[in-house]
Parts: sequence; C-alpha cells; structure tokens
Amino acid sequence: MNTLITCRHVDFGYENHDAVVDLSMEVDEGDYLCVVGANGSGKSTLVKGLLGLIKPLKGELTVAEELRRTGIGYLPQQTAAQRDFPATVREVVLSGTLSRRAAQSSGGAGAKEGTPSRRAAQSSDDAGVEKGTLNRGAAQASGDAGMKEKTPETSFQRRRPFYKMPFYSAEDKRQAAACMEKLGISDLKNHCYRELSGGQQQRVLIARALCAASRMLILDEPITGLDPSAIQDFYRLVRRLNRDEGVTILMVTHDVAGVISQANRILHLQQRVVFFGKPEDYRRTAAGRRYLGGEDR
Amino acid sequence: MSVIAEMLSYPFLVRAFIGGILVSLCAALLGVTLVLKRYSMIGDGLSHVSFGAISVAVAAGWSPLPVSIPVVVLAAFFLLRITESGHMRSDAAIAMISASALSVGIVVTSLTTGMTTDVSSYMFGSILAMSRGDVWLSAVLSAVVLGMFVICYHRIFAVTFDESFAKATGVNVSFYHTVTAVLTAVTIVLGMRMMGAMLISSLVIFPALTSMRMFKSFRGVVISSGVLAVVCFCIGMTGSYVFSTPAGASVVLVNLAAFLLFWLAEMILRKRIRWQPLKPGRKRTPSAGGGQTPKNARKWKTIRPEGEHAPRSAGGSKRQ
Repeated sequence: MNTLITCRHVDFGYENHDAVVDLSMEVDEGDYLCVVGANGSGKSTLVKGLLGLIKPLKGELTVAEELRRTGIGYLPQQTAAQRDFPATVREVVLSGTLSRRAAQSSGGAGAKEGTPSRRAAQSSDDAGVEKGTLNRGAAQASGDAGMKEKTPETSFQRRRPFYKMPFYSAEDKRQAAACMEKLGISDLKNHCYRELSGGQQQRVLIARALCAASRMLILDEPITGLDPSAIQDFYRLVRRLNRDEGVTILMVTHDVAGVISQANRILHLQQRVVFFGKPEDYRRTAAGRRYLGGEDR
Repeated sequence: MSVIAEMLSYPFLVRAFIGGILVSLCAALLGVTLVLKRYSMIGDGLSHVSFGAISVAVAAGWSPLPVSIPVVVLAAFFLLRITESGHMRSDAAIAMISASALSVGIVVTSLTTGMTTDVSSYMFGSILAMSRGDVWLSAVLSAVVLGMFVICYHRIFAVTFDESFAKATGVNVSFYHTVTAVLTAVTIVLGMRMMGAMLISSLVIFPALTSMRMFKSFRGVVISSGVLAVVCFCIGMTGSYVFSTPAGASVVLVNLAAFLLFWLAEMILRKRIRWQPLKPGRKRTPSAGGGQTPKNARKWKTIRPEGEHAPRSAGGSKRQ
C-alpha cells in the first residue's frame, strides 16, 4: 500500500489564526477517508492545504511524487452562481483537462502513471517539502497563459504551443469522453448544465475532477442540496470509483452516518485531531457516539 | 441605406460608430464573465467613479482620460478584492463606492464650474465625445480583449465557472481577475463619455443577459453577446440619428428590445420542449428499453451507474 499524503504535526491557517493544529495523518492509495467535524473545525482549511493552495505553517506535509505529478482532483462546494451557468456538460468536463496540461508541462519526464509511488523527500530536509510546494507553484505559473514555462522539455511532455491555446487536443477530448462514459453522463453531454438535476450536476463535476486527476479525489461537502435518493446514488457512485477504479477518496462531510459504512478511515477534526482511524473504532469513541447517535452501539 | 451613407459622411459620426462598436464589443465580452460571476453592478459602480474622477479633473483643468483611467482601475481592483477577502458583500461595496464617487463629482463641480455642458455630457453621454485618440485607444483595447478571449478562452471559462476548482488545478486565478478588472475599467472609461455614466453599465450586462435567454453553451453565449452588442449598437446609433434622440439612451432601448425578443423566444421554445416528452419515441432516447417511458424515468436510467460490476470504459482502471 503506497502512502499518498503524509502529514506530521502540521498546522494550517491564515495570518492571524490557526485553523488546523498539530495534524498527523496519512492517506494511503485506495483509501476512502472521511473528514468530519463541526462547522469551523478546519475541514475546508485542511482541504486547501492538501490541494496546495495554502502552505503549512508548521510541520511537514509530504505528497507522493506520483500524486504531485498528476495532481489531485477536486470537487468544490457548489456556488449559487454555478447552478444557473450557461454551459454544456461537455464544456464543463473538458475544462478539467486544463490542469492536466499544466501538471504535465511542469512535471518530470515520467509517464502519467506506472512509476511506483515513492515517498517524496522525507524528514530532515525541509527543502524536500518546500520542493513539493514549489513544484506546484511551477504548475500554477505555467497555468497562466502558458507563457512562463521553465522546465526543460522532454519527449513525454505535451506542451501547448501558443497558437493552439484556444483548442483542446484530441487527447483532451478523448479523456473527457472517457470520464463522461465512466460516470454515465455521455448522453447528457450537449445538455445545459443548469438544466440538470443536482445529482447530475454533481456527476458532471466529478467527471471534470477525474479529467484533472484520476488518482485521488477530494470532495468538499458533496451532498449539500441533494435529495435523499440522489445522495444514495451519489454514495454508490463514489464507492464504485473507489473500489473499481481505485480512486483514492477524501470526503469532507457532515453526513457521518451515511458514509461510515463505506469509508475505511475517519478523521474527526476540531482544530486538533479528535479521532483518526477505522470507522469501527470511531463508533466506540465518545465523539463518534455523539455524531452517530446512540443506536449504533 | 441612404441614411447610413448620410451618417457616414460626418467624420464625427464615423468615429462614434467605430469607437462605439469596439467599446460595446469589449463590454459585452467582459460582461459575460462579470454577469456570470455576479458582478453585474460593477459597470455601474465604475462609471460613477469615473464620473467623479472626470469632474475633479475638469475642475482642476487636467485632461480627463489620464486622470480617470488610473482611478477607475484602482476602484476596479478594490471592488474585485473586497469580495475575495469577504469582509463586505460586493453589492453593498459597489453601491457605497458609486454613490460616494458620484457625490464627490457633484460637489466638486458645483463648487467650481457649476454644471457645465461638459459635465452633463459625461452624465448622459454625447455623440461628439469620440476623438481620434479615443478611437485608437478603443481599437487597442478591443484588440487586447479579443486576443485574451481567443487565447485564454478555456481558462476564462474555468475561472468563471468555478474559481476554487480552477485555483486547485493550477490556473492563476488572481491574474485573470486583475486582467479583467483593468480591461473592464478601461472599457468603462472609454465608453462612458459616449454612453453616459448613467447608462454605460447596460453595455456590460445586456448582451450577456440577452444571450443567456437563448444559448445553453458558454461558447454560444460569448459569441452571441459579441454579435448582439455590435448589432444593437448600430441600430441604436442609426435610430438616434434618424429620430434625433440621445445616442446612449437609444442604444440601451434597442438592447432592451433585444432582451425582450430573446426572452419571448425562450418562452416559446421552452413551451415546445415541455410538450415534447409526452410524444413517445423522441430522438433523444439514450438507449434501448427507454423508448416509451416518461422523460424523467428515462433520464434516471441513463444516469445510473451500471451496477457494481467492472467498468466498460476505455479509460478504465489505472491501478497497478
């Protein structure tokens, strides 16, 4: 089992306050990790930290090399503006492939997959950690208009020439089609995003996230606003991705009772780690009982 | 036809036409992202800031453009930032800033020159406003805006649709915000003197809103907005010449007419779509077996995962 993400005594936060304090955990390949906690307990901050949008203030965050190369798929919370956005499903899913371009042009020469994951520069050198974030920085830099690429070109890289920027490549389109097929939304591809049901919209966003990165998905409160049957449908879908496609899942949710049967790890945050471990053990803790209600015991 | 030939014989009208077409094109393109990101009022706010800056400039005897462009760019930055930091809601911030800037302009004007024709033409626009230099500036501006939309189209889509996802996948979101803010500011300042501070924001929001009635794809909305803006502007200008009405207001009214037209068309289309599912065997039937069921049931079927068995897709399992 490869470890994809390791946190050792990590603090995340903004200038004036720490949202997450002294977090130690790891995410292994194939995990289905559930992050639970009250509002304001640092869940979203943790997600931002894992995505590389904010840097850890303290401690050590190690991201496996392969994950760094392919990136992490992300399903953000839906905004109100999105729900009536005029865009076809195809347009939305294709937009996920943008990051693949960025990741590949900044990543090393390795193929997209196939290299064994290895733990990125460990312990003693903080430089190793720093490098991780820097790499990401490079990916971000090359993201803007593709004009500032720094890394030397290799045969594996698919650099977008300037004049091709307005178009998606055949590979991008194939990728998007495969993702839509995987989620059963191929029939909807010319439909308008705003006319879909909540569950369908969620599928479209997952397809987009899978286009961006097929190894690991971070889902931020994905079931908000879905009706009960759509929620069950959504859970089935995530479980299928996790089991059959081998996608590592990290889901932030309030619906602990709904996912505890599916997840294989639970992380309960309240700034600090209240619990990190198997769901069976979580049921036995005081925090778990409070979240799950008594009847499970 | 002869009317148009007659109009084009006046050099100032030719300038107004060229400048106006370019500015409305830019405003419409930028407007699509602004409207979708819920910044519709930003045009209004910025034009008022611009009015304030121009009044001060006129009172002090400076030339208006070099003063107002930087001030408005700054205001645009500030307005876009204020929502990002989340200290204040953006609509409140815009309302506050636009009212304050307008009052500064009015007070400064009444203390010095009084309401001259100059100032009132900034309020309601003047067809004479486009100078040769303005036409050049709008040509450059529209080249930049068009270039940005062509080259960065997909990134603009990504940022507009979902900022957090775009950020997470390595698109430089704040870069796009900055560029949008600067370009919007310049567009507003340029267009304002012809359309008027009160009316310029319609160039930003109308084409996008109108297109959103009819088009379902982002690409469709963007293209249609650009075309609509240009067409409406030309009709409005011609109308203003024929009926001797103020140019800015005429253009806005044409835009309103286009909006109502599209809205009506949308209503009619939607009605037709609502009838259709009752007829069996529609062409959109996704797979066998879904033929005679009502629309909802069909949709449900296609959307369901194929049980729990292995995926059949080409891009299947990537596990080692």
